[in-house]
Formats: sequence, C-alpha cells, structure tokens
Amino acid sequence: MNHWTPFEWITAIRFLKEGRMQTIFIVTAVAIGVAVIVFMSAMLSSLQANFLKRVLTTQPHIQLIPPNEIARPLRHGGPGSIVAAIVQRPAQRIRSIDQWQKIRTQLGEWPDIVTVSPTVSASALAVRGDASRSITLTGIDPDVYFKIVRIPDYIVSGQARVSTEDILVGLELAKDLGVTLGDKLTVTAANGASRVLTISGIFDLGNKGANQRSTFVALRTAQTLANLVGGVTSIDLTVTDIYAAEAIARRVQSATGIEADSWIKTNAQFFTAVAAQQSSNTLIRLFVALSVAFGIASVLVVSVIQRSKDIGILRAMGTSQGQILRVFLLQGGLLGLAGSIVGAFVGGAGLSVWHAYMRQADGSEIFPLILEPSLFVTAVLLAALTGVAAAAVPALSAARLDPVVAIRG
Amino acid sequence: MADQQTVLKLEGVCKSYNVGSPIEVEVLHGIDLELRRGEFIALTGPSGSGKSTLLNLIGLLDRPTKGRLVIEGRDTGELDDTAITKLRGHSIGFVFQYHCLISAFTALENVMMPLLVENAFPNDEMNARARSLLAEVGLTQWENNLANNLSGGQQQRVAIARGLAMNPALILADEPTGNLDTKSADTVFDMMQHVNKINGTTFLIVTHNLDLARRCQRIVEVVDGRVAPPLASRGAGMLKTS
Ligand SMILES: Nc1ncnc2c1ncn2[C@@H]1O[C@H](COP(=O)(O)OP(=O)(O)OP(=O)(O)O)[C@@H](O)[C@H]1O
Ligand SMILES: [Mg+2]
Repeated sequence: MNHWTPFEWITAIRFLKEGRMQTIFIVTAVAIGVAVIVFMSAMLSSLQANFLKRVLTTQPHIQLIPPNEIARPLRHGGPGSIVAAIVQRPAQRIRSIDQWQKIRTQLGEWPDIVTVSPTVSASALAVRGDASRSITLTGIDPDVYFKIVRIPDYIVSGQARVSTEDILVGLELAKDLGVTLGDKLTVTAANGASRVLTISGIFDLGNKGANQRSTFVALRTAQTLANLVGGVTSIDLTVTDIYAAEAIARRVQSATGIEADSWIKTNAQFFTAVAAQQSSNTLIRLFVALSVAFGIASVLVVSVIQRSKDIGILRAMGTSQGQILRVFLLQGGLLGLAGSIVGAFVGGAGLSVWHAYMRQADGSEIFPLILEPSLFVTAVLLAALTGVAAAAVPALSAARLDPVVAIRG
Repeated sequence: MADQQTVLKLEGVCKSYNVGSPIEVEVLHGIDLELRRGEFIALTGPSGSGKSTLLNLIGLLDRPTKGRLVIEGRDTGELDDTAITKLRGHSIGFVFQYHCLISAFTALENVMMPLLVENAFPNDEMNARARSLLAEVGLTQWENNLANNLSGGQQQRVAIARGLAMNPALILADEPTGNLDTKSADTVFDMMQHVNKINGTTFLIVTHNLDLARRCQRIVEVVDGRVAPPLASRGAGMLKTS
C-alpha cells in the first residue's frame, strides 16, 4: 500500500499555503541557513581545489633524494667505558643517486606510477654584465619533466625548449638581470664551472619567489655544471592516485632504499589547515542545521495547535493517525526543501557576485570558482530530510490528538 | 444476527470520563437504542445530559466504557483502532455545529475530502461525485469558494454534502443549526430531510429546537445520561419549550 497518497500531499501543501506568513518566514530562515552553508562550502572547496591544482602542477607527487651524509665516529668505547662524542654534521655535497638508471626502469614498471623524471638541481650564479643573481638550476629531461610541471603552460614568451645551450628563466629574474628572449646569460656553478646559455623561454609560475630563483636547463648541461656527469640529484614521480602518494612513497623507499617524500608530507601544513577548516565547517553546518530544525519544529508545533480542529474533522471523516502524521512530516520536508532550494540559489549567486568583486592586488581573480552541482543537490536533500526529522515531534502530537477533544476545541 | 434493517444498535452502553482518577464520572448510564435504516431522528435533552457524548460514541470517535455498540452488524468492541477509523470513514458522516469545514480548502474540495482520504477513486470520479453532492444541497455556484467565504448556512450545507460523500449508512449531526438564524436553519433542515428521502440515509440530529425536532420521524430524549421513555407513553405536555 502506498502511504504517500495525494491526500497527504494536497493537505500538506494547502496547510502551508494557508499559513502564508509562517511559511514565508520559516522558508526564509531555512534559506538563509542553507545559503550560508552553500557559500562557505563552495568557497572552501574552491580554495582547496585551487591550492591542490597549484601544488600538483608545480611539484612532483613524490621526490626521491639521496640520503644525507652522516659522520660515523670511529672511536668506540670499550666495555665499561663511556665515550661522550661530539659528532659534527658534515657539510652536504651534491651527490648523485646510486644506480638511478636502474631505479628509473624499475619504478617505470609500477602500475600506480605514471611518470619518472630524473633531475639535477644545483645552485648557481646567473651573471649578465654587472648584474648577478643566485639561482636554482634544475636540469631536466623535458619529455618527462613537463608531464610533472607543465612549464609549457607557464611560458609567457619564447618556447619551452631546452637543448644543451638553452635556459628557461622566470619573469622576475629576466627583469632583474635586464635580459629578454634570445639574450645570453653566463651561469657559474658553485664549483667554478661556467657556461654561457641562451634564454629560449621566459615563464611565469605565478609566484614571485619562484620566478626569481627557478631556472631550467637540459639535464646534460646541469650535470656538467654541477660536476656530476652521469648522475642525478633527484628522481621525480607522478602517481595515478594523488591521495595514495604517501603510501606509494613508503613502498618506493623500501624498494629502492632511497628516501622518498610525497607531496602530502611536504605539504603537511596544508593538510592540517584543511582538516581544521573542515572540522570548523562541519561544526557550523551542524549548528545551522540544528537551528533550521528547531525553527521548522516550532512553526509546526504552533500549526498543530492552530489546526487542531481541522485535524479533528479529518479524523472524524476517517483519516487515520498515520495519514495525519504524514501530512505534518511532509510539511516539514516541504519547508526544508523550499527553503534550501532558495538558499542554494542565493548562496551560489552570492558567492559568484562576491567572487566577481574580490580581486587580487594585481586585479586578477583570487581563485577559480568551482560550483559543484553535487553540493547543491546534497544541501537540498539534507535540508529536506532535516525538515522531516524536525517535524517528527509536532507530527506525532498531531496524530495523537484525541478527535473528540480536537473537535470540541 | 445482522439485521438488514438495523443500522445501529446500542446495548447497555455506559460512558465514564476520567476513568481511574478521583474525578471519575459516569455520564451515560446504560443506553439502549436501535436506529433503523432510513430513519430521521432527533436527539434532544437538557444541556449536559450527555447528547454529544452519546453522539461521539455512536460516531466511533470515542469508545464506551461498558456495553455493546453494533454498527451495520459489526460489534465495534472487537475492532482495533485502524478498523474503527476505517469503519468511521465508510459508515458515518458528521456535521458539527461550528467550524465544520477545513478552511484551507474550497467547498468542492471539502466535499471531496473523504474520498481523497480513502484514496480509492480516480480524480474525475471524485470530482463528479462532489459536484453532484454540492448540486444536491444547492451550492453549485459556490463550489470554488474557500470554506471561510461561505455563510454559516452554506457551510452547514457543504458539511452535509461532505457527510454524504462516502454514501454512509448514518449521518450524525450535533446541533447543525445551532448557530444559524431561523431561515437558514430551516433550509439546512430541509436539505437533510431531502437527502434522507432521496438516499435513504439515516440521520441522527441533536437539536434544542423543538419545532425542528417535531418535524422528525422520531424523537429520542436523553435525560441525565438515560434515554427517556418514548413520548407516546407520556403526555405531549412533558416536552417543554426550552
Ligand atoms: N471530556 C470530558 N471530561 C469530563 N467530563 C465531560 C467531558 N465531556 C463531557 N463531560 C461531561 O459530560 C456531561 C455530558 O456532556 P455532553 O457534552 O455530552 O452534554 P450535552 O448533552 O451535549 O450538552 P449540550 O446540550 O450543552 O451540548 C456533562 O456533564 C459534561 O460536563
Ligand atoms: Mg452537546
């Protein structure tokens, strides 16, 4: 037997329509609550998605780096004696990863690893006439490296070409040194080795510091400059499931014996911040939902009292307790539904307007806005359910009204 | 035992309020009553004598504390709440004194309500039935008015039409003309007699109006929670004007 018959729907809708003021006010209240939730959730998820996108297009998911050099004290105390050794940490040289070709082949066969990109990084000095700037030189194999960090997407002039004589520099570095596309730049490594390279492309990573320091050259060029011929200082990886990166990093580390850091570990702060935001977001949602629920409940409690005579008449004409119960549950659900549809619309529109007016200092948009349809659907469904739940107590009291008492009024 | 001619039978029905508490009172003391199909009966008696209480019992809105209540051959004491609700919807129509209609609905929708509750009829059938009932009480042109926008007499007529919607065996009316002027009261009363004649529906009407009561086939008088002996066995003078 179908319990939600036209009777319940028609009666619920008519009752809401007749109590116009109450209905309008409570729908407005629900709408405000839902609008706040939608606004806040959409903003946070946009921010997070934007951050993730930025991180994941400018960093590898996992990076393998050679172990630190440590000093091994040679003197050991004999039995019964204690040696208080002061062990100094040795200066760290640029070192290559042992047998990196083998590791590259090995990791390339893992199904959950997408890209394997060996790189050399070293610090160096970029000199042009009297001006010099310290830079980080990253030697790359463009075919694989560009799959991890999409330099070609960030090129503002020239092209992402790195032959052995080329160098890609950032916008700020080019400005600081007063160079443009096609100019020559002398790059001197810390060990004194020096090369003259041609600027083949200028990029903008969207971050001033990175634009000042980062430069990209061919792997071979960097190897020569760093005096590391045939070696690499790190192996960068991307994986299929970015959230499994840390687990994969642990497996890589135990398989290769080389320290592997995932983006999750290097951005631990971000995840702490996200977790904190999410828990405060959850709390806010909970309290908004509670106040919405109590609002709906209080309106329906009053409505049950106002309509006790109607309820009595309905019972006298053969309406069952269950039908009365459902009429009021439905009213709660409809209030939640109507309020949340309005609220979702207002929240989404409000966020779009806010986003259109909020600008970064340089006039560009603060972050790309992501309005997921699923957010709206969930908000509306949850609000409708909250309405039904909130209606439980008033609906029960309506169903339990003694028709004799109700009719006598 | 189901006598086709008997719509309702009460045997030794008692009703107490506040049962089990110190202020328990017995309001009805052993009522015996039989209503036959197609009868048009007035229920009279002084205020507080228990007329409404009796009507609520007959209408299955309340249950007797003692005694047997048989409607259309079914002993209601053996029915659970669901069955009672169902029986009420099918066999009994109510017309109350005040606020008979549901104000959120139009006249036509009020008449349709019992059919809608039953959820067993197609829309156009419900519509057609409600229209013909409204026509029967002469309110066709008011069918789309909200209940609140009708006069008291019109509301009572809508209530009668609604009471008839499920074609019940018995219509119970508790002072249906109580707050109407004489003319409207007459019209409403005429309407009930008309329906009684046309449909053969049994009417039990509580009234203080002796002129109206005299127009009924039979008068049942309740005094102090008991059915008084039939008028015929007393002098007509016993029936004082109130
Ligand atoms: N819910 C109740 N609780 C306690 N006593 C009640 C209750 N309902 C009615 N009574 C009492 O039962 C008695 C009969 O009441 P009832 O309403 O049946 O009288 P009535 O004949 O309909 O009177 P009236 O002509 O004034 O409508 C009265 O004394 C009344 O006080
Ligand atoms: Mg009464």
